[in-house]
Amino acid sequence: MITFDAVTKRYPDGTVAVDGLSLEAPTGEITVFVGPSGCGKTTSLRMINRMIDATEGQILLDGVPVQGIDPPTLRRGIGYVIQQAGLFPHRRIVDNVATVPYLLGWDRRKARARAMELLERVGLDSALARRYPFQLSGGQQQRVGVARALAADPPVLLMDEPFSAVDPVVRTSLQDELLRLQAELNKTIVFVTHDIDEAIKLGDRVAVLRVGGRLAQLADPKTLLSDPADDFVREFLGRDRGIRRLQFVSTAGLRLRTDLTVEEGFGGGTAEPWALVVSADGAPVGWVADARPDVLEPFGTFVHGRDSMRSALDAALLSPSGCAVGVDENGKVVGVATREALDEALAEAADG
Amino acid sequence: MGDGPPSIWEWIARNWDTGRVDSIRNLLTDHLTMSLVPILLSLVVALPLGLACVRWRWLYQPTSGLMNIVYAIPSLPIFMLLISVTGLSQTTVIIPLTFYGMAVLIPAVVDGLGSVPDHVRQSAVAMGFTPLRRLLAVELPIAVPVVLAGLRVVAVSSISLVSVGALIGQGGLGSLFTRAYQNPFMPPVIVGIVLIVALALVADGLLVLAQRLLTPWVRARKGRA
Repeated sequence: MITFDAVTKRYPDGTVAVDGLSLEAPTGEITVFVGPSGCGKTTSLRMINRMIDATEGQILLDGVPVQGIDPPTLRRGIGYVIQQAGLFPHRRIVDNVATVPYLLGWDRRKARARAMELLERVGLDSALARRYPFQLSGGQQQRVGVARALAADPPVLLMDEPFSAVDPVVRTSLQDELLRLQAELNKTIVFVTHDIDEAIKLGDRVAVLRVGGRLAQLADPKTLLSDPADDFVREFLGRDRGIRRLQFVSTAGLRLRTDLTVEEGFGGGTAEPWALVVSADGAPVGWVADARPDVLEPFGTFVHGRDSMRSALDAALLSPSGCAVGVDENGKVVGVATREALDEALAEAADG
Repeated sequence: MGDGPPSIWEWIARNWDTGRVDSIRNLLTDHLTMSLVPILLSLVVALPLGLACVRWRWLYQPTSGLMNIVYAIPSLPIFMLLISVTGLSQTTVIIPLTFYGMAVLIPAVVDGLGSVPDHVRQSAVAMGFTPLRRLLAVELPIAVPVVLAGLRVVAVSSISLVSVGALIGQGGLGSLFTRAYQNPFMPPVIVGIVLIVALALVADGLLVLAQRLLTPWVRARKGRA
């Protein structure tokens, strides 16, 4: 656990970057520092590994003040990922990843074996190991940066806007990859970003900081969206808070109807205005209106119990039937969420 | 073979190894000594000075200013000044050439270290490099291409500048030119020019080779572009 205890950073010219920050980043969770530029989020992050020293207050790592630890020793025990990856241009990828093990005096072969293992873990082809950083794309470099931070298996990982320099598609895949890795590794991660959507997607807890380095709100993403502490946080969260909050509402409680499915070759004649055609192996084929049983209309699906209410709502809006198709992990239809069922679930979400 | 002037090949054969101080072979050796020593010496001195200029930023302006003034002083008066100390020796040639080399290499070292991207330096700090190890394992290797580019200039110019030493009787191959001035006979001039240019090309070629071996990552970068 990382504890900020009334931490202030004041520069000699009088500028206050961080002002009396107190919070905890619990072990095994992702804590995101988010805020506009000048809110002291990067400064706060860098005070953890003493790249910047606090002026007042202290930062504790599992109860031990970082001030008392020699900086190089402290840093070798904390993984660090930065925006442009910060790879060493003169070293091959494998040696870049093995940097901290080398610093810790590991045997060269063991360090490289560990590096190869990590490259695989972050989804990189082992053929890239012999290359130099300039031969990799931005997204690949960033994966190498993550692998390098994990090389010596540090319990704590600091990430400073690691995905903001890559294009949106790559960013999304890197974010998913981080969540997947975190599910396996359970590191204590402090993640800095200026992107509130990234904060909400990745954070177990989100600390919103305002300009001048003051904590505006510390909460889990769902609470943040439903109950912003003040106008600053509300404005920073931006539009569509209600819709975005639905991504934290599970579809497990969503009532499904199983009497609306028909087999292929259906000729019409149910009492309902719409029926879902399902293939022999259980996959959805399309909606048919009772009036025009020969025309297949588009459908949208969500994985029942795994996807959020936001996905279910999205699936419903994709179809003229206004219903969302619930499927299992294998894509087989388990039932249909009608407008009425969605309405019930939304009413419940709005309450809680 | 009559009484006419000898051909260039005959002249070379006759003067290659006469055992005298001014045989072509001895001039070549002298030339190599008087150019290689300043090249190496200027590198050895410029490295710590360059590092000091990076570490203490305020040092750089006065140092580079002073070096530019040294570079601006013509070599002849410097020779004259030094003769009273070091006499008509090779040292008198080596000292100013070393200063000229430093004038090029100190900025090269400073620029080379300046070419280390900030995010690379930051990540080295964040991973727990000590300052010395960071310098040796990260910053200096990344500075190598810029320093080597400076070293190429120094190598070629030193090899060429040694000939000025002929004015004080220590010009290596340059003395072939002064001889021709006294007696209009072309072969020594041609041999002098050809050998000096050849030396410069060989030195430059060796440095390019060294650059390729030391910094494969620079070639790799160009390969992608």
